[in-house]
Amino acid sequence: MATTTSVRPASTKVAGRPPARGGRARRRRNALVAWLFALPFVLVFSVFMLGPLVSSFLMSFTDFTSRDIDNPFAVGFVGLNQYSALFKNPQFLHSVLNTAYFVVAGIPLTIVLALALAVALNNGITRFRTAFRVGFYTPVVTSIVAVAVVWRFILQPDGLLNVILGWVGVAGPDWLNSTTWSMPALIMLAVWRNLGTLMIIFLAGLQNVPADILEAAAVDGANAWQRFMRITLPMLRPTLLLGTVLLSVGFLQFFEEPFVMTKGGPLDSTLSVSYFTFNQFGFGKYGLASAASYVLFVAIALLSLIQFRALRSKD
Amino acid sequence: MTTDQIMRKPRKRTPAARPLTYAVLLVAVASTLLPFVWMFLGAFKTQGELLRRPITWWPEQPTLENFLTWFNELHIGTFFLNSLVVAVFTVLGNLLFCSMVGYALAKMDFPGKRFLFLLVMVMLMVPGVVTFVPLFVMVSKLGLVSTYPALILPFLAAPMGVFLMRQFIMGIPDSLIEAARIDGAGELRTFLRIVLPLCGPPLATLGILTFLGSWNNFLWPLVVAQSEDMYTLPVALSLYSTGQNATDYGLLLAGSVLVITPILLLFVALQRFFIQGVAATGIK
Repeated sequence: MATTTSVRPASTKVAGRPPARGGRARRRRNALVAWLFALPFVLVFSVFMLGPLVSSFLMSFTDFTSRDIDNPFAVGFVGLNQYSALFKNPQFLHSVLNTAYFVVAGIPLTIVLALALAVALNNGITRFRTAFRVGFYTPVVTSIVAVAVVWRFILQPDGLLNVILGWVGVAGPDWLNSTTWSMPALIMLAVWRNLGTLMIIFLAGLQNVPADILEAAAVDGANAWQRFMRITLPMLRPTLLLGTVLLSVGFLQFFEEPFVMTKGGPLDSTLSVSYFTFNQFGFGKYGLASAASYVLFVAIALLSLIQFRALRSKD
Repeated sequence: MTTDQIMRKPRKRTPAARPLTYAVLLVAVASTLLPFVWMFLGAFKTQGELLRRPITWWPEQPTLENFLTWFNELHIGTFFLNSLVVAVFTVLGNLLFCSMVGYALAKMDFPGKRFLFLLVMVMLMVPGVVTFVPLFVMVSKLGLVSTYPALILPFLAAPMGVFLMRQFIMGIPDSLIEAARIDGAGELRTFLRIVLPLCGPPLATLGILTFLGSWNNFLWPLVVAQSEDMYTLPVALSLYSTGQNATDYGLLLAGSVLVITPILLLFVALQRFFIQGVAATGIK
């Protein structure tokens, strides 16, 4: 790998390493070396993440549009106008409601199903655990675009899902073209895609619940449900917290599902905040798009904070 | 009844419980995988059979026509190569840069260290759309639209990777690193000879998760890969599935099969690392 010569200059400090003398110079040198190690990351991070994060913030107070790209410093400062325009925009408000619907329905559903699967895999069976884990995790690793193709096909009015529903006597709707059923269809897709991740996180958490406490409780006469509610669930709180936060950060950014499945329709019924932002970007209204993205950022930060408080306070 | 409960051996189940759990799990996993089965079966059906009702399960006249169209008319080779180049460079960048800064954050003292780590943590919460607009403005000003750098550079050092490497390297005993320093090894040599060789597991995790993220990455490539010769696989599939081929389900299902098969093979072969990765990024 690395040639010895390339590291020679660094080893010159062998001689000059008496503990008392030159402490400050050595500290400065060490700091320099540390920053050199951090440099590639810091460069990428500053240029492609931090820089855009700050400019997006600044842009949200201007009337920046796609025509200003060539001369970005000539744009007008408009204060909070973009934000007030945003909260008067009925389409934006609709997208906020849609995102809330998606989050409020999707997160509990995913968590409960993932927890049930994790418990079943951890306590209910002894063989084929790996096979089941791989099976449930497969949707996580596959491209949303590829998955959308087959889901659109399955969700057609006479597609596979409605055929299966027909077996049990249910007449399924035209999922993706109904303002009522388009969102449930996307929630179903999102639960399917996120279940695996949460299941793995919960499985790891369950393995930390001491078996001897559970056995002691069983000896004392606690049934499986009581053991789950009184021991497993409380001990799983940090894991549940982590899973909920990860899922919320992802679900609030809800974008790819409607983008590949419904284009936000029908009649904006699946238009999310991220999607609204993306559309404004497409229309060249960069100032408004930045303001909308910051509203989303604040919502994500706040929700994470609330969840940390809520799930931690009971300890 | 109470005595019966007390006398019962811990965690013993009624005879029906376990087979029932297996049955429920089997139904659940079958439904989870059904879309993939449907995708693979559909890719070998003719358009006529796909549109026919009632639906057919097994292809009546299996055809390779859908796949051949991708190879002969739609330049899938180019898209595949683009996806691969972008993924490989992104992975290499992350392995090197994240472990370097992870080492600095875990084992060195320097002014600004806590602030740097705080920034990394904050960045984990920033939604993609926030940086999207300025990033695109910058890339277009630099004349990088439809180039490999535009597809690779923004993803070269992910905050999640930094977090993962720092957490792992913190677990390496200080005594090992001190011993190397006392033996006269500089930081670079300590990093290359002592730290990196111990980082096999997290590097495998990071490499696999980065490859996966890059291979499936969709929104950014869709915006910056504007000429056909720069399309990645998801971009090509997405554009074909909204254009004139939008109802050519056989072709689209075959395209989906081609996009997910490499990842599925990788996943089945390396599933242990995938699953460790999720557990590691989730649980410290």
